[in-house]
Amino acid sequence: MRKGLSWFNVTSIALGFAFLYIPIVLLVIYSFNASRMVTVWAGFSTHWYWQLFQNQQLLDAAWVTLRVAFLTATVATVLGTLAAITLTRYGRFTGRTLFSGMVYAPLVMPEVITGLSLLLLFVAVDIDRGFWTITLAHITFTLCFVSVVVQSRLVTFDRSLEEAALDLGCPPFKTFFVVTLPIILPAVISGWMLAFTLSLDDLVIASFTTGPGATTLPMRIYSQVRLGVTPEINAACTILIAIVTVVVIVVSIMTKRQEIERQKAERLAAAG
Amino acid sequence: MSTGVAEKTQKTIGGIRRKFAPWNDPQAVPLISYKNVTKRFGEFVAVDNLSLDIYEREFFALLGPSGCGKTTLMRMLAGFEDPTEGQITLAGQDLVGTPPYKRQTNMMFQSYALFPHMTVWDNIAFGLKQDRMEKGAIDARVEEMLKLVKLEKFAKRKPHQLSGGQRQRVALARSLAKRPKVLLLDEPLGALDKKLREETQFELMDIQMELGMTFLIVTHDQEEAMTVADRIAVMNQGRLVQVDQPAVIYEHPNSRYVADFVGDVNILDATVETVEPGMVTLRPVAAPERRFRIAQDCAAKPGDSVAIALRPEKMRVELDPPADTNVNCVQGEIWDIGYLGDLSIYHVELPGGVRVKAAKPNLTRMVERPITWDDKVYVYFSPDAGVVLTS
Repeated sequence: MRKGLSWFNVTSIALGFAFLYIPIVLLVIYSFNASRMVTVWAGFSTHWYWQLFQNQQLLDAAWVTLRVAFLTATVATVLGTLAAITLTRYGRFTGRTLFSGMVYAPLVMPEVITGLSLLLLFVAVDIDRGFWTITLAHITFTLCFVSVVVQSRLVTFDRSLEEAALDLGCPPFKTFFVVTLPIILPAVISGWMLAFTLSLDDLVIASFTTGPGATTLPMRIYSQVRLGVTPEINAACTILIAIVTVVVIVVSIMTKRQEIERQKAERLAAAG
Repeated sequence: MSTGVAEKTQKTIGGIRRKFAPWNDPQAVPLISYKNVTKRFGEFVAVDNLSLDIYEREFFALLGPSGCGKTTLMRMLAGFEDPTEGQITLAGQDLVGTPPYKRQTNMMFQSYALFPHMTVWDNIAFGLKQDRMEKGAIDARVEEMLKLVKLEKFAKRKPHQLSGGQRQRVALARSLAKRPKVLLLDEPLGALDKKLREETQFELMDIQMELGMTFLIVTHDQEEAMTVADRIAVMNQGRLVQVDQPAVIYEHPNSRYVADFVGDVNILDATVETVEPGMVTLRPVAAPERRFRIAQDCAAKPGDSVAIALRPEKMRVELDPPADTNVNCVQGEIWDIGYLGDLSIYHVELPGGVRVKAAKPNLTRMVERPITWDDKVYVYFSPDAGVVLTS
């Protein structure tokens, strides 16, 4: 910490963090409330967590959400990576501007419009709405995020690595899997996780594209909240927050450790 | 690179190098042949209707400034670019259309292009694995390569755990491991510091002799090309300007471009007075009262405007006029002195305002040199020191 942090800095940081985290902290605290009334504190209890695990509807919704998120993240990562490669590698092909514009459009498109247009499409081609339509819709809007993440890595990728592999007798397809992919893998994984979390907490698009029998967790929570906030919902949200926090911390520790190892290795190389 | 190699090649290198001149042998069949090769990138002509033969066991250098087409020429041999027109053959086989992974050439990249996620060992074994060589043979070859570049102890390291010089050696070992017909070196020593670069140049020559392979090097460093190569091709704007042995390139440049690009040179404009077999008399523009005699057969006619190329080390600067009246002499004034330790470079202003550089070896330990600023001096050179350039 640098010396001379003025009271102004301290206050602004404190206010900023308060603004961001007080609602979440309140939610977590009240999930351990013994009272049925959300706003009245009546002692510590894990009662609502037990209750939560008996709520079949919520558990079903969570399961649907996880399956959708996993499938979405995987397909979006494959497609997004391919799009990123095309956009960075094949400099100027006819329709490049159109293609890149179309890949990025969902990034800035209001979710309501994406959701509505997908709904219209599904109705027009007469697909039964449900699990698969949600997944398709999620793939559509997360693909561009994956593409952006992977593309930023590919821009700094040294093409001569691939040329070296070709030069040493490795055919192009194999080169992608033994040289390119392992090197860009961290970006691909980040893309996957980004797509996963985006799909996990999407409410708007899922609401538009869902059908009977496929209710995601955010939709379930939202519909229950309309009937009144129960501490059970607080508990469900706390678990979600815990999962996300753990993932974020694990990823950042991994990155940090890699960085430290790399620096250590470089010092070693410089010394010997 | 091992001392054994160095000793062995030291004894034989001179004998082989001196006799080695397949380009003068009309019977010799070139290993690599560029025939009327043109490469265009849109409007830009990178290589312009170029023909070139390179022979087996030759260490050939492509020399030129950036953008002269030398890298494109090499990349066409590796298969990363296809010529727009023309033909490239390797050992008699037409290469055009053959993808890089099916060519018997290997390249050492300027950035080294070591696979960061693989160990030194796996990097070197990569090409061998692609050939589905059996495990034992791969192990033996990798060991041999590690020994050749003196990196046995580093086999398990990743590239980022190595110094720049070590990475360069891994890149070399990897490109040599498959025993390619031709090794392509793209500015291989550019990233090394001067001392390491000079050492590595000699190691490269030793390795090339030891393995009896054909090396094609691309460089913009004329000293590097002169040191390592049997022949140098000087390139400019997609064309070959001169292709010859280093000494010929340096002593008999065929144009102002080559004289200026390779080494340090004074270029004096002059008018031809008389042309005899083996001797040209010229009137320098900078000192019209003087006549310079250059011992050379020359195609120019009396009255033509030409240039005289004079290397600084072939010119003498003295306070007294030369005793020998055969030498070319001109008077001037010391404009500036550069003391380099081994040499001093004197910048002499001639009467016409033209400045020439002359190098003088510092043969004694004197701190105060006898020639100093503003001295009136004589600059002279023998008739076989200069070259008349008509283009």
